[in-house]
Amino acid sequence: MEEKKELTCIGCPMGCQITVTLKDNMVTSVSGNTCKIGDTYAREEVTDPRRTVTSIMKVDGGELPVVSVKTKESIPKGLMFGVMEEIGAVKVNAPIAIGQILIENVAGTGVAVVATREIKEK
Amino acid sequence: MIRKSLVIIGGGPAGMAAALGAVKGGLAPQEILILERDKRLGGILNQCIHNGFGLHTFKEELTGPEYAARYEAQIEEKQIPYKLETMVMSIREGEEKEIIAMNGREGILEIYAKAVILAMGCRERPRGALNIPGYRPAGIYSAGTAQYYVNMEGKLPGKEVVILGSGDIGLIMARRMTLEGAKVKAVAELMPYSGGLKRNIVQCLQDFDIPLLLSHTVVDIKGKERVEGVTIAQVDEKSVPIPGTEEFYPCDTLLLSCGLIPENELSLGCGVEISPVTGGPVVNECLETSKSGIFACGNVLHVHDLVDYVSGEALEAGERAAEYVLSEEDSGPGGQELTVCGENGVRYTVPSTINMNRMKETQTIRFRVGREFQGVKVSVYLEDTLLRSIPKKTMAPGEMEKVILLKKDLEGKEIQRIRITIEEA
Repeated sequence: MEEKKELTCIGCPMGCQITVTLKDNMVTSVSGNTCKIGDTYAREEVTDPRRTVTSIMKVDGGELPVVSVKTKESIPKGLMFGVMEEIGAVKVNAPIAIGQILIENVAGTGVAVVATREIKEK
Repeated sequence: MIRKSLVIIGGGPAGMAAALGAVKGGLAPQEILILERDKRLGGILNQCIHNGFGLHTFKEELTGPEYAARYEAQIEEKQIPYKLETMVMSIREGEEKEIIAMNGREGILEIYAKAVILAMGCRERPRGALNIPGYRPAGIYSAGTAQYYVNMEGKLPGKEVVILGSGDIGLIMARRMTLEGAKVKAVAELMPYSGGLKRNIVQCLQDFDIPLLLSHTVVDIKGKERVEGVTIAQVDEKSVPIPGTEEFYPCDTLLLSCGLIPENELSLGCGVEISPVTGGPVVNECLETSKSGIFACGNVLHVHDLVDYVSGEALEAGERAAEYVLSEEDSGPGGQELTVCGENGVRYTVPSTINMNRMKETQTIRFRVGREFQGVKVSVYLEDTLLRSIPKKTMAPGEMEKVILLKKDLEGKEIQRIRITIEEA
């Protein structure tokens, strides 16, 4: 069975309108994208949608009470809230370096959570 | 008293890139001074913890703090001086500019500079500018203020949220508050289109099934001590609420994301001409304002969608300011002066004039359109002669556009005006 899906690419701010054609749940064509990122996004979005999660984590003894963090790679879209729960349960100690791994494998995704800013000690 | 060649007001993305541009343009780092009112460099990027920054500048997707850190590292590496927690009170124009600033450590500072770059950014349109009836209960925040509480302080301002305005900060906060456990009931947008990027509609609203109510607005806020709910109504094509369409949304928080206004009190104070359309200074091809030696870049000049564009523009302003400082002649550039006009849907252009003697090989003209367009072309005319047309599938007020002019296309032409206009394809 052939099926068409219309997507808006989130790969960059251009927001290309992409049409993905699937046959028996297999992608047969991608059109409307202007670059490779759009092709990759579209194929992933219809089979295994993923998102990068950005949030904050509580900090002890830092210049700020929280440190901004992100998942180092994208994680399955359906696990966003599981990832948030785990990030919310952890408290880390200052100092923190930008890029420092704060959770090795978040919510069983195999993806690390890293700091996106430096936090100096208070 | 401090003497510098160049003082940059604001240490956000525009100010930092402008400083680097000035060094690139030949100024010694110690001849530059950045004045920043916050505790750290980076400006609003510090609280924009989401990703999506840097695709143009660094060819990778960064979060706001990461993008700021890249620039901060370059400022440190080049040893460009800056003062934090320092508020500029006034600028006086003249051959030598006088800047009065103050901070808690040094008191009042008198700073003299040959050139000044305005890089103060913008601020959010407040409730007072929106004419929404109701008391003044707790629970009404601009989206950026809520973003500060959540991302810098780790505090959630409310649990049940309605957002008025679909600018990018509003959309980003809809997702952010949802991820933190709040329930975002709706985003209401007065216009028939969103003011935010398409990607943010998808990843901030659709991902979480948050309804986007186009052509809707908040007509009443209920609650005296704390917000208890808001009434949302549909509006007609003149943005007037349609009686009978009102619907009550119980909530404890209303976030406002209703546009950004360039912060130009200092510019006005020194007599810089301000465009009524952008709310920012009117500038020439060097991003120089109506006052000689005072330049502007970033969101204080006109509000940008992407920090990458701010950085690019600011780098240029820095280079041009360095040229100004280093040039020997005082008599101005002379030569042919062209006016850039936006027509038929083009709301404004930056710059608004081009001096042929100072024009580089290429000149970027940035602009915005006043409404949505589909299947059109952007045409550039030299007086009434078509120079070229660029086809555009879609154009929207929320997305900044640009055309690049080549010096060789303009040289030797007996013209006074360059017209940029939207036409049927």
